[in-house]
Amino acid sequence: MSNAVSAMNGASFKGSVTIKDTGLQGMITLRGDFKSAVVAKALKTATGTAMPETGQILHSAKGSAAWMSPDELLLLVDYTKVDAIIAKLDKALSGEHALVINVSDARAMFEIKGAATRDILAKGSPADMSKEGLPVGVMRRSRLGQLAVAFWMDDEKTAHMVCFRSVGEHVFMWLKNASEKGSLPKYYT
Amino acid sequence: MLLLNCPCCGIDADETELEAGGEAHITRHGAGASDDDFETYMFMRKNPKGVHFERWRHAYGCGKWFHAARCTMTLEVFGTYSAQTLEPPKALINKIKKKRPDWEGFVK
Repeated sequence: MSNAVSAMNGASFKGSVTIKDTGLQGMITLRGDFKSAVVAKALKTATGTAMPETGQILHSAKGSAAWMSPDELLLLVDYTKVDAIIAKLDKALSGEHALVINVSDARAMFEIKGAATRDILAKGSPADMSKEGLPVGVMRRSRLGQLAVAFWMDDEKTAHMVCFRSVGEHVFMWLKNASEKGSLPKYYT
Repeated sequence: MLLLNCPCCGIDADETELEAGGEAHITRHGAGASDDDFETYMFMRKNPKGVHFERWRHAYGCGKWFHAARCTMTLEVFGTYSAQTLEPPKALINKIKKKRPDWEGFVK
């Protein structure tokens, strides 16, 4: 098997916040009817979470489930277990109008850590980054500069960001640039 | 700046997160239609000064299409509603009529 590496191969940068490529991350796209009990049950076995409400991201020890659109979820699981989980999901969803696909290597994920995290995100996205606008537990799909990204706060100082792998390097450099010392708007800090 | 509330994900989306889809509630005429019908479908647009119904897509967000009613002159947004409908909801039409008594109403 080829040697799998993440988009920036674990690179990190320390500026006003710390930007880090979180390495290999298992990601599964699940599309289907959220109201279906079969889909909810399959989700529970895959990530150990309940069905997220609109805009929500739920975590458990097994993984996370994030609401992407009214018929799409992003499941975050262990990279090495993706194939096994997909096989399980496919089995659980047989006969159901649903789609399960491995997007682990099609995406990149970054961690942004530091007191200025909300300010850094606000530099590139029109989304409301206040504590009320983006509370912990909400995943926001938006843009960073001109690129589609999704991000959520794990706690008040830590955010995770997911983007397409093809633009992973650009996003990393963008965040790096945004966290240059002395360039903070200090609106949220 | 234009803020539209996406009825699919509930987010107040900035116009830079959205894609404009032109006039809403256009009747599609495809293969087999008369030349006049096809011309109307393809080229004829309302371009009113005032109340206008439009299609928008939350391109950088949930990716779904929705409808919006707004004023082309003041940019006031009257409301947004589901894309799965052939005409604006009654409640929205009444709301617009209250704000714009001179408005001729929704004409398809």
